[in-house]
Amino acid sequence: MNAHTQFTVNGVPKHGAVAAEGVLRSDARATNSAADRKFYQARIPIHPKRVHGTYRRIKWAVMAVTLAIYYLVPWIRWERGPQAPGQAVLVDLAHERFYFFFIEIWPQEIYYITGLLILAAVSLFLVTSLFGRLWCGYACPQTVWTDLFIYVETLIEGDRGARIRLAAAPWSGGKIAKRVLKHAIWIVIAVATGGAWVFYFVDAPTLAAQLLTGGGSLVIYAAIATLASTTYALGGLMREQVCTYMCPWPRIQGAMTDKEALAVTYRTDRGEPRGAHKKGANWEGRGDCIDCNQCIAACPMGIDIRDGAQLECINCGLCIDACDDVMTRIGRPAGLIAYDTDANAARRKRGEETGFRLVRPRTILYGAVILIVGGVMAASLANRRTVDLDVLRDRNPDFVTLADGAVRNGYTLKLMNRADAPRTFRLDFAGLKPRAVNIIGMGDVRLPVALGVGADKVRTLRVLVTAARGGIGGGSQPVVFSLSDTTQGERRDANAVFVSGGTP
Amino acid sequence: MSDDKKHIDAVTATETTGHSWDGIEELNTPLPRWWLFVFYACILWAVGYWVLMPAWPTFSGYTHGLLNHSQRDDAAAGVRALQAARTGQEQQLAHADLKRILHDPDLLQFAQAEGRAAFADNCAPCHGSGAQGAHGYPNLNDDVWLWGGTLGDIQHTITVGVRSTDPGTRQSQMPAFGRDALLKPAQIDDLTEFVVHLSHRPADLAAVGRAAKLFADNCAACHGPAGKGDRAFGAPNLTDNEWLYGPARENIHDQIWNGHGGVMPTWGGRLSPETIKALAVYVHGLGGGE
Repeated sequence: MNAHTQFTVNGVPKHGAVAAEGVLRSDARATNSAADRKFYQARIPIHPKRVHGTYRRIKWAVMAVTLAIYYLVPWIRWERGPQAPGQAVLVDLAHERFYFFFIEIWPQEIYYITGLLILAAVSLFLVTSLFGRLWCGYACPQTVWTDLFIYVETLIEGDRGARIRLAAAPWSGGKIAKRVLKHAIWIVIAVATGGAWVFYFVDAPTLAAQLLTGGGSLVIYAAIATLASTTYALGGLMREQVCTYMCPWPRIQGAMTDKEALAVTYRTDRGEPRGAHKKGANWEGRGDCIDCNQCIAACPMGIDIRDGAQLECINCGLCIDACDDVMTRIGRPAGLIAYDTDANAARRKRGEETGFRLVRPRTILYGAVILIVGGVMAASLANRRTVDLDVLRDRNPDFVTLADGAVRNGYTLKLMNRADAPRTFRLDFAGLKPRAVNIIGMGDVRLPVALGVGADKVRTLRVLVTAARGGIGGGSQPVVFSLSDTTQGERRDANAVFVSGGTP
Repeated sequence: MSDDKKHIDAVTATETTGHSWDGIEELNTPLPRWWLFVFYACILWAVGYWVLMPAWPTFSGYTHGLLNHSQRDDAAAGVRALQAARTGQEQQLAHADLKRILHDPDLLQFAQAEGRAAFADNCAPCHGSGAQGAHGYPNLNDDVWLWGGTLGDIQHTITVGVRSTDPGTRQSQMPAFGRDALLKPAQIDDLTEFVVHLSHRPADLAAVGRAAKLFADNCAACHGPAGKGDRAFGAPNLTDNEWLYGPARENIHDQIWNGHGGVMPTWGGRLSPETIKALAVYVHGLGGGE
């Protein structure tokens, strides 16, 4: 818009109108007038109405299960012996260990975490391509906590109508009391959420006792405060803004879903033309939608599902419950809004049988990836040894020639005992006949040598292997260090080379 | 755009900017207000940062900020804290007998770590980062020692240096027999053969025979009658496979002719006695310590 814009009032050009005696009204107008200055939009408050129905019940159940998992898992105990922590799921940052029931992961096995993340991602893809945004509608923490916060809001301030009236009402003692109580409960939930998070990183009972007596570390309190404030802000204040503006997941739905994927769908073929319906009037020649807007009132994202598929829709199914309730009351069949597919909508248009095709190239592919990754991980977990050996050869100097012409190579060995008891390993060496083997700190040793490694520990050794000039061919030759647990017969070999300079 | 018509996108019912590329129109979706507030909050944060923290360059320096924060001070404080944390072990190191260090795992680890760092700072330029040495610079990994390879020997060598400015420095001088015309070229050729023969390699036996007396007269005083070297003078063993200046005939000839002798600086006044101890432990632990 600029100064040349014609100024109109109710569509009538005002150019040249007389403003007063002898004064023409100019068509000038401020460039920053409010009407032209809508660069941002305030959050329009959404007051979702409570609904009752199948999907609401499923959502309650999922909420109960997910919150129970979140709050209770750190308290599950798991016996691992005296040396290791007794918590089933623990991310032990201090000792660089990750415990998950019977699995224990060391930092160098971070690929298990990678595998878990791949599995999680592809599972999400699979579920989305089969059933649409189930994650968003049911399992996403943002959805679960927002649902919880709305439940608290409803408990304190009443249902949709009462909340709208309260928001519009002038400030009074009662309104302040309700608001304070609501936010107080929100903050309690938020602190409990942040508080539960830290139990995954420290032994839960110990930490709980510490927190109750105010003896936790600053880091712990900072973590709780951070997560509490984000929970309060995202679940209480931001809600649907998170899904609409912050989350990337809605934006990649297009790649995950196709015309055969389930989505909450308003069946235009059945609903249109919509309009109010008088009791007893004929249903012929009109749609089943009575334009009661209950679907909008129920929507936690504040959208109208009848506008079709849209980014904001999290597929939670609450509008289905709301609509089915109405349809039952007016005596029409349920399912005007339902989980359905684009393909079915097209089939109904053509008058064909509708159906769900769960087995499609896309779902087969996702399923196969899950099976392969899961299989590889399970196999590698099953074969995970509790004894491991890494060998790093000294490169600087590459090798050392001794006075009598013998050649010495240095190696750094890392002996890993992943069992939860101290063990004695046998270290052996093959590939050439060493004249002497010297372990720094132990002096010359005769192989095989017995070495103790503490429970769940890594022992680092520097080993010098000397070979007589006659015993080697020059160049470099492969050698093998082997570490075995004599009692259990577990054995790990680590390949290395012995360098003696020149060419063979 | 100069018309006052509002362009409304049919699909989203959102106003467009009126810009259109290949029929694709740009929506004019308003930003959420909280997003804008976050942006303003960032601006305010920046202003607060300028006030509290060092931020703006001035002609003579920079604005220090109210908090007087300085990374230089942080680093210095960190170093001080580290030194304070190490005082105990440093004290132990100062008072511990060298032999005892080897049998105290904690102290050994401490000395090894400190020695490694000190070696990289002070010794690696000549001896190499892995102490592998180079032509004219001894390899410290092997079992050949000019001045002795016990902990005490190494500690003393580091402290006083070799041919250095220290009054008590280890001192020896290989004469330049050729350059200073102490011997004739032919005699030096014969001696070269003799030294090659000493290390059990094929040599011209006639020359070796001629050089036997030459060696006894000129060389045996330091290198010993059998050429086994003598640590009292830092005289290398000529019968082994290790050569400071190279094993080939021309290397040996060059060394007899010119009499190279390297200089190792004295570290006694430059490094603390504890650091020198740590260095001795580290070098000794490279594998060749005696």
